[in-house]
Amino acid sequence: MSEHIVTFSNVSKKYLNQYALNDISFELASGKITALVGPNGSGKSTILKLTAGLIRPSSGSVTVNGRTACRLIAAEVAFLSEKDVLYPFFTVDETIKFNAGLFVDFDLQKAGEILHFMGLEKNKKVRHLSKGNLGRLKITLALSRRAPLILMDEPLAGLDPLARDAIIKSMISHIDLGQQTVLLSTHEVSEVEPVLDMVISLHNGSIKGIEEVEKIRENYGLSLLDWMKKTIVN
Amino acid sequence: MGEKFDNTQPIYLQILQRLCQQLVRGEIKAGQKLPSIRDMALHMGVNPNTIQRVYNELEQLEIAETRRGLGSYVTENEEQLSRLREDLKRKQIGRFVKDMRESGFSPGEIIEGVDNELKIQESKDAEGV
Repeated sequence: MSEHIVTFSNVSKKYLNQYALNDISFELASGKITALVGPNGSGKSTILKLTAGLIRPSSGSVTVNGRTACRLIAAEVAFLSEKDVLYPFFTVDETIKFNAGLFVDFDLQKAGEILHFMGLEKNKKVRHLSKGNLGRLKITLALSRRAPLILMDEPLAGLDPLARDAIIKSMISHIDLGQQTVLLSTHEVSEVEPVLDMVISLHNGSIKGIEEVEKIRENYGLSLLDWMKKTIVN
Repeated sequence: MGEKFDNTQPIYLQILQRLCQQLVRGEIKAGQKLPSIRDMALHMGVNPNTIQRVYNELEQLEIAETRRGLGSYVTENEEQLSRLREDLKRKQIGRFVKDMRESGFSPGEIIEGVDNELKIQESKDAEGV
C-alpha cells in the first residue's frame, strides 16, 4: 500500500457554469479516518463521487491507489451512498448475498458479525426497515468489504441517536486501519470527532483547512465544530 | 457513547492521563495485561490509531511494554510505577500552585485553603456522599 491512497491535484468540477469544486488539491494518507465537513453545497459529496470514480473532474486529476479514478476502481472502493440504493423487495439476507456476489472482497463472515452486532433481522424485507435500520444495513454492507478505501456520504444523516451510536461503534470495531482508509462526509461533527484522524473543512467548493484533529485540540484548544466555523469565517 | 473528553487537549493525552491515574490508584496493577487496542478503542469510543499512540507513549514512559503477538503489559517494575505516582503528584500540585500564585494568593492562604478543602472532602467522604 502506498503512503497516499487518494490524491487530488488542482481538481475543479463544474456543473453548467457553476463550480462545485474550484481548484482543490489534497492527499489522504493510508490508514486514517478523514472527515469532510462544511455547509450544504460546499462540495463534500462531489469529492466523494470523484474519489469513487462515479463522476469525472472538469479539470485536474484524481488518483486512487496510484490509478486515475474511474468506474473500474469500484472494485477497490466501498462506497456508502447518501441515496437509497437498496432493492426494497430483497430481505436483509438477500441484500447481503447480492452484494457478496458483486464484490470479490466481500467478507460474508464479517457481514454476519456486523449484522448480529446491529441486531438486524435477516428475514426482514428492506422495504419494511425503519430509517435507522436502513442506515445500519448500509454501513454493514460498506464495512463487510475488505476494500482499501471506504467512502461514506453522510452515514449518520437523519438517524436516531441509537443508530448513530451503533454505526460509530461498528466503525471502531470493523474497520482495519492497518489495511483500510476512510473518507466520510458529515454534519454530525461532534459525534464523529473522537473517531477521526484528519478533517478537511470545505466552503463554496474550496478547501478552508486540513488538519489533524488532535492538533486542533492541541494548538487551538478548539472542538472540531468551533474550528470548522472559524475556518469558514476567515 | 464511550468516555467524555474535553476539547482543550488531545484525546490521546486525556486517555494517557486517565490510565496513569488508574495505575496510581492501583486499579491497574503491575504486570497486568492491557486491553487490546480495538477493545480499548471501543471502550473509550475513539479511533484505534489514538489508542495505538497512547500505548506507544506508555512504552516510551517505560510504564508498559508490548510483547510481540501478545499485546501490551504494564511493567512489573514497581519503582517505575511509584515514580509515575510521584510525577503525577508533582505535576498536578505544580499546576495548581502556579494558578493560585498567579491569582495573587499567598503561600499561607494556599496551604490553609488546601487544608480546609481536604477537611470538607474527607467529611463528605465519611458521610458517603
